This record gives sequence, C-alpha cells and structure tokens, in this order.
Amino acid sequence: MIQLQHIRKVFNAGLPNEYVAIHDLSLNIAPHQVTVLTGPSGSGKTTVLSLLGCMARPTAGRIMLQDREITSLPERFLTQIRRSTFGFIFQQFNLIRGISVLENVMLPAYPLGEPLGGLKKRALKLLDLLNLTSKGAAKVEWLSGGEAQRTAIARALVNDPGVIIADEPTAHLDTGLSREFLDIMGDFKGQGKTILIASHDPMVHESEIVDRVVKMRDGRIIDAGVI
Amino acid sequence: MIKAIDKQRYILDFTLSSLWRRKGKNLALVLVYTLVVFVLGSVMFFTQALKNEAALVLRGSPEIIVQKMVAGRHDLIPVSHGAQIGKIRGVKAVKARFWGYYYDPGAQANYTLMVPEDLPLKDQEIIVGAGISRVRRLFRGSSIVFRTYDGKPATFFIKGVLSPDSELLSSDLILISVPGFTRVFGVPPDRATDLTVQVANRKEIPTIAAKIVDALPDTRAITREEILRTYDAVFDWRGGIMIAILAGAVLAFLIFAWDKAAGLSAEEKREIGILKAIGWETADVLEMKFWEGLVVSLSSFFLGIILAYGHIFYASATLFEPVLKGWAVLYPEFRLTPFISGYQIAILFFFTVIPYTVATIIPSWRAATIDPDAVMRT
Ligand SMILES: Nc1ncnc2c1ncn2[C@@H]1O[C@H](COP(=O)(O)OP(=O)(O)OP(=O)(O)O)[C@@H](O)[C@H]1O
Ligand SMILES: [Mg+2]
Repeated sequence: MIQLQHIRKVFNAGLPNEYVAIHDLSLNIAPHQVTVLTGPSGSGKTTVLSLLGCMARPTAGRIMLQDREITSLPERFLTQIRRSTFGFIFQQFNLIRGISVLENVMLPAYPLGEPLGGLKKRALKLLDLLNLTSKGAAKVEWLSGGEAQRTAIARALVNDPGVIIADEPTAHLDTGLSREFLDIMGDFKGQGKTILIASHDPMVHESEIVDRVVKMRDGRIIDAGVI
Repeated sequence: MIKAIDKQRYILDFTLSSLWRRKGKNLALVLVYTLVVFVLGSVMFFTQALKNEAALVLRGSPEIIVQKMVAGRHDLIPVSHGAQIGKIRGVKAVKARFWGYYYDPGAQANYTLMVPEDLPLKDQEIIVGAGISRVRRLFRGSSIVFRTYDGKPATFFIKGVLSPDSELLSSDLILISVPGFTRVFGVPPDRATDLTVQVANRKEIPTIAAKIVDALPDTRAITREEILRTYDAVFDWRGGIMIAILAGAVLAFLIFAWDKAAGLSAEEKREIGILKAIGWETADVLEMKFWEGLVVSLSSFFLGIILAYGHIFYASATLFEPVLKGWAVLYPEFRLTPFISGYQIAILFFFTVIPYTVATIIPSWRAATIDPDAVMRT
C-alpha cells in the first residue's frame, strides 16, 4: 500500500553539520496490518514515520501511496493527503492546551469546513469509543497521561484515516495503559485500518496484534521481518 | 461555498478561543494599541475640528475692518467716518458694528455682546451662545439682569439660543439690539465699535485699505488676509506641536508592531507546528493569524476612536490643555463641534490596522512554512 523506494534523507545538506539519517532504504507497508519499526535511539524510526506520513520529503528516492507517486506533489496536496489518509499519534501527545478535549479532537477537521452538527457527532462518538465521554468539556491540561493519550488517538481518527501512525506511543504509559493502547489498536486493525508504530518497547513488539517487526540501525533496515 | 464559510467560521472560532486562552497578553496588546489609536485619533480630530472652526470664523469675517486708534489703542469710531469711506471708489457698502465685552461676576466670565447685522431684535431681547446658556441655565423665555455702565440694573429676555455651528466663535456670544447695547455700555449715539467695508472687487482690497488710512489718518484698516495670516500662524505653531505628538505616537506604534512581529512565543510556534501536523495547510494557519490580527486591531481601533472622539468633543480635549492654553484664555470653556471625515478615519485605519495585521502574519508565515515533522521531535 505504501512503498518507500531507495529513500535517502539528509539533514542540513551542504552545511558542516550535514547528517545522513536514512541510507537507501526500501520498504513495503502492507495494508490492514500492524507494522512496528524498532531499533536503537537515533536509528531513524521517527524520520521514516514522518516520510511515510507525508510530513517531510526525502532527499532522494520515491514514495508511492497506492501506486501514486507522492514525493513530488506540492505542499497543498501533501497536506490534503496527510489529512485524509493519515492519523498521527505523537510521543508527546501534542494536544493544544487551554481548549477542551472535544475541541482538540475536532481540530483536524476544521479546514474541511463541514457542518458543525455532523462533526460534533463524530467526535462525540470517538470520545465514547475511547471512554472519554465524561471528559469532553475538560481542558486537556487536567487530563491524566492515559486520558491524554486517548484524546490524541481520538484526534488522529476524527478524519477517519486509513492509516494510523504512532511514534513511541507507550513511552509515557505504564504497563496497564500500554496494554490498553494495544487493545485499542487491535480494534482498529479489526476495522481494517493500517497501523504503523515506531517503538523500542518490547511490550509492543511482542504483542499479538503486531504482524511485522522491522528492525533498523543507523538509518538502514537490518531485519525487514516477515510479511 | 457553504464549506468555505463554515471553514472560516471554524477558524475564527478557534482564533477567538486562542485569543481568550492568552487573555493576559492579548489584553495588554489591546490596551497599548487602543492608547496609540486614542492619541493619533485625538490629534486628528482636534486639528481637523480647529481648522473647521477657523474656516467658519473666516467665512463670516468682513473684507476690511476699520478701527479708530487713539494712542495706539482701539477706540470708538465716529459713524460719520462711514460716509467718508463710502465715497472711495470701489467700496460697495460700509456698516457700523457694535460689540464689546461684558464681565459677568456671577459666572466669572467675559461675554461678547454684539449687535447682529441682519437680525432685528426688540430693545430688551437678546440671543445667547450655547456656552452661556449652559453655564447660566438660560433658555428661551428666561431673563438675565446686566449691570449697566453707570451701575443700574437692566433686564433682558432670552429670545433664543444660538445653534452651535461653531462654538469656538459663539459660545460666549450675546446678540443684542442697538438700544440695549447703548444702555449697557453707555456708548454715545454717534459712535460705533468699528466699521466693516465691503468691496466690489476683491483684488482691490489692499489698495482700498491704503486709501482709507490715507483719508482717515486716525484709523487702521485690517484686511481679511491679515486675519487669515494670524490664524495661520496660530495653527502652524499648534500644528507643529501636534505633528511632534503624532510622530511620537507613530514611532511608538512601529516599535510595538515590530516587537510583536519579532515575538512569536515558543508556545505559539508549537501550536502552529501541531496544527500543520494534524492537517492544517499553511494557508489555514495564516488565515487564523490574519483573523487574530484583525480582531485585536479592529477592536482596539474602534475603542481608540470612540475614546478619542469623546475626549475631543465631550471632554473639551482635556489632555491637550497645555497646548491649548492661549486659546482657552481667548475662549473660556468651549466645546468643539463634532466633526469626522471618512478620509481621516481611513488614514488612521491604514496606518494602524493594516501594519499591525501584517506584523502578525509575517512571523507566523515563517513558522507555518517549516516542515511539520519538526513537531514530532518536540
Ligand atoms: N531536523 C534534523 N536536523 C538534523 N538532524 C536530525 C534532524 N532530525 C533528526 N535528525 C537526526 O537523525 C537521526 C535519526 O533521528 P530519528 O528521530 O529518526 O531517530 P529515532 O530512531 O526516532 O530515535 P529515538 O528512538 O530516539 O526517537 C538522529 O541522529 C537525529 O539526530
Ligand atoms: Mg523517534
């Protein structure tokens, strides 16, 4: 479904602190599966996720999304693809402080300009699904770690994306909450969503919902795992 | 189409809640901004209103005024001088004027008593200016007692109050009949305060003025151009001070806008990154910032304008009193006639709202065009 073909990513190209984060990396992501990227810190997991999710462009190589070459698309189109295809869950949750949980969840849909009624209904349904109904009006800074995580998941899902991308989702969670997160991801996998996770948490690799573990080191894949 | 409106509504909603989230900072912004608009607006309203008043004064002033001089001072003029002036070629009409100052101990104010040229008044009737009407609570039908030159009381009835076309001029004015005037001041019957001369051809004014002084060596002839020059000098001087104030305010505003432009807080940058990462386009972020700048600057703009309007036209430009000192002695307690020109408002708008809005967008533009993956590493 998503293919990385001979990707190379260089940061600060041409400057003294030039750094090659990804070397000639090729990877095929299968649809409706849970794929986990793992490897030591600095190995390039986050970089690969951001390339897959159209957050950044590769220095060289091509990215295909459902047989469409997206590497050379202008920013506007990339944003549209990102909005409709990918839902992001960040390591730091990245919720917007000072506004309510419900507003945070609806935020990615604002640029689409759909009627408020429908949007609100969808957001409330997601809150219900993630056990956050009672927190809808709460400000996000009052939330516990697990609630903030679930709010971030709800936000990632509000535009009903086909692909969920999560970067170190369990880094700030205890065992119980990590398990809960994996269960939620399992449910979404059951609904046919494609899930990409970067994590060096053994609990994630060993989870039964994971179909494939890709091991990375120094910007290269050292074990592509079984598909 | 509906979608675009809904989208703007969402973005505006979010902007308003963002402004509210940072209310401390934003209220401070509005405060400073309002102050700047207030100062600029006050200066503008004030100079324009003064110019307006002056124009009214000049429109009504005669082409030549002839005064009799005694020992270098203005004295009463024999009405018979008028006949002599009337013989000079090019003179269309000569009229005698009666006016003087009356000190009212009750209000501790000087009034200008004047006989109107073309408004017949009965002996005991007077018409008072709006300022006097306010201070002494005189209205149509009420009466006032003056102390005449020889210490006797004289009662007058108010026929009406002058409409405040130009308060600068008419605030302290009382229109009175010739017999009334004579009774209060004891002016001899063959004397007037001064004479006004109307000329057939405006180009001849200086020549005729010279001829008058030639024929009547004990007089002086003041032309309208001379009055105009005096007013101009007054305005130039005051205008200079006003420009200094104006320049100061503009400078303060530029520094303020620049500071705002330079300072996008880390929190704001983080938010822009998040919005982009979750699917907002650069244009959406800029729209939000545009709304933000517009809401802050428009509300401050209107607030500042309203305050400035009140300051100049209802609070008698209290804060400009030092600049106005000389004027206030001439015209105690006056209110400027409210006057607003769309052109001025537009200028003020152009120099405040637009630079500010641009100043809000530019730094955001820089923040909004960075790759959204930066937020994955915070
Ligand atoms: N904007 C950037 N400029 C320069 N170097 C960068 C930039 N972003 C990432 N890097 C470098 O690229 C390398 C890969 O970073 P990346 O964040 O992908 O690693 P990671 O595998 O996600 O690590 P971690 O497990 O610690 O999150 C790192 O050495 C990092 O320092
Ligand atoms: Mg990482």
